[in-house]
Amino acid sequence: MSKVIIKLENDISTDDIYPGRFMATVLPTETPQFAFFDRTEFNAQLKAKAFPAGSIIVGGENFGCGSSREQACSTLKGHEVAVVAKSISRIFLQNSINLGLQVVICPSVEASEGDELEITADQVLNRTTGKAFEQVKLPAARKGIMDAGGLIPYTRARLMAKHA
Amino acid sequence: MGMTVVEKILARASGLPSVKVGDVVEPQVDLAMSHENAALVINQFQEVFQGTGIEPKVWDPSRIAIIFDHRVPAESPKTATNHKKIRDFVKANGITKFHDVRGDVGGICHQILPEYGYVRPGFVVVGTDSHTTSHGALGAFSFGVGATEMASAWSLGIAVNIEVPATIKVVVKGEFPSMVGPKDLILHLIGQLTAQGANFKVLEFHGETIRKMSTSGRIAICNMSVEAGATSGIVPGDEETVRYLREEASVTDAITCISPDADATYVRTVEIDVSALVPQIACPHMVDNVKPIDQVLGTKIQQIVIGSCTNGRLDDLADAAAILRGKKVAEGTRMLVFPASSKIFAQALDKGYIHDFMRAGAVVMNSGCGPCLGVHEGALGDGESALSTTNRNFKGRMGNPTGFVYLCSPVVAAASAITGVITDPRTGA
Repeated sequence: MSKVIIKLENDISTDDIYPGRFMATVLPTETPQFAFFDRTEFNAQLKAKAFPAGSIIVGGENFGCGSSREQACSTLKGHEVAVVAKSISRIFLQNSINLGLQVVICPSVEASEGDELEITADQVLNRTTGKAFEQVKLPAARKGIMDAGGLIPYTRARLMAKHA
Repeated sequence: MGMTVVEKILARASGLPSVKVGDVVEPQVDLAMSHENAALVINQFQEVFQGTGIEPKVWDPSRIAIIFDHRVPAESPKTATNHKKIRDFVKANGITKFHDVRGDVGGICHQILPEYGYVRPGFVVVGTDSHTTSHGALGAFSFGVGATEMASAWSLGIAVNIEVPATIKVVVKGEFPSMVGPKDLILHLIGQLTAQGANFKVLEFHGETIRKMSTSGRIAICNMSVEAGATSGIVPGDEETVRYLREEASVTDAITCISPDADATYVRTVEIDVSALVPQIACPHMVDNVKPIDQVLGTKIQQIVIGSCTNGRLDDLADAAAILRGKKVAEGTRMLVFPASSKIFAQALDKGYIHDFMRAGAVVMNSGCGPCLGVHEGALGDGESALSTTNRNFKGRMGNPTGFVYLCSPVVAAASAITGVITDPRTGA
């Protein structure tokens, strides 16, 4: 079970998650400091490691819309948070799977900041309100990548098979 | 069962007789494009090879394009060092489609690719930039990916595990009224579809208006297809595509255009008649917050931006220059112009547009992404508003989270520069 650390509105853009002015910073080891930089208080909490691993960001529709910048995923992955959103923009979803950031699509999710959620194989259970919400399965096409632990180990295995 | 254009392209590139929505395919990549974020791609690419004993070489250096555009010239030592790292990689791997910080062959990636004939109808194009959808204007299936996915393409030469997307058919008819054009059409469409209305889908453009539209206009509409969430926008290749590639991109080899089958399946058809369309404005802070211009007339603007991969081409500059010729940018308003490529900059110089802009008081900058993504130059002050021909208006987009960005066509931007408020180019008021 994990706590909802922030509840966000619809259409959270990658500019919001990782502002463009920090895009010269690319390494996953360096991007976490800029997560939600312009949400000053939340950024400070993330940087102070105020939240345990697995803590949940709840988003609305179209989470992660906009730019293809992968920093928007690596910055969240660095804080070991998970994202539960009503819908997720294509490139952000793909990048999340590729990097192993936990994302859950849950169109009917109802949760407030502070609620305790449990993410099961196909549901999101709000233990605070006692309500259960169905997940939308992630693209089946991407299962191999998830099983391999991300696109880098997946590609490495494919590359080695090709050269074998 | 018939196929859409993207289904046909994916079938060809995957070596299959046919594909349908939901199939998982692994198409050969015809072109893989990156800009400054190649620095991250290189990092991920090297990680792929780590511990394998295989020499880290890209699968085909002739199919990789790298264009510096996001922060040119470098705004910081960090960017300059990223540029340096990429230059070294380009050299070591023999990548030929490389466009450095230059005043002759430099420019924005989404302009350079068509301009140099790097994209052809039927190609599968991946790019580490969400506006890679632009190249659908030439009949290619072209979509944005993250840096790690690009590293995978550089390693394997394929896009791994691609689910064949569904397609929305957009049929556009009617003639554009004066001072209304492709930008207004795409803003109107995004307003109608919403910012996620085409998520995981392709927008395939048809109709007499599209057939008559220049490649420049088609690039603008495909460029912004991603603002409705689309995986890709695509205009099936036609006579205009061939004309553009032959006359403007000096392509001499065979060009094969691909049309959809008459019985192709679409998830939805949207019809738009542009003959009554008025100038459209996307208001802060979402691209689908689109209003007809009369609802925002008179809004005070501190910064006008004309340029970007959306609207920085020669016809855009010509239209804007015609309005500004002999006029002055209003006091209290600053105007920045970014031609989309060095070639366009030179053409605009020859045609006198650059003089028109400068005499009016605009600052003409080198080709590049400029203030569009708020990393380099042209940032907004606290609470300031920009009216821009670019493609995004998210909070913080122009470098300041307290700023406001309105999106419009080049003629609306030019007319508004003279008055300092959002102004209808049809009336000048």
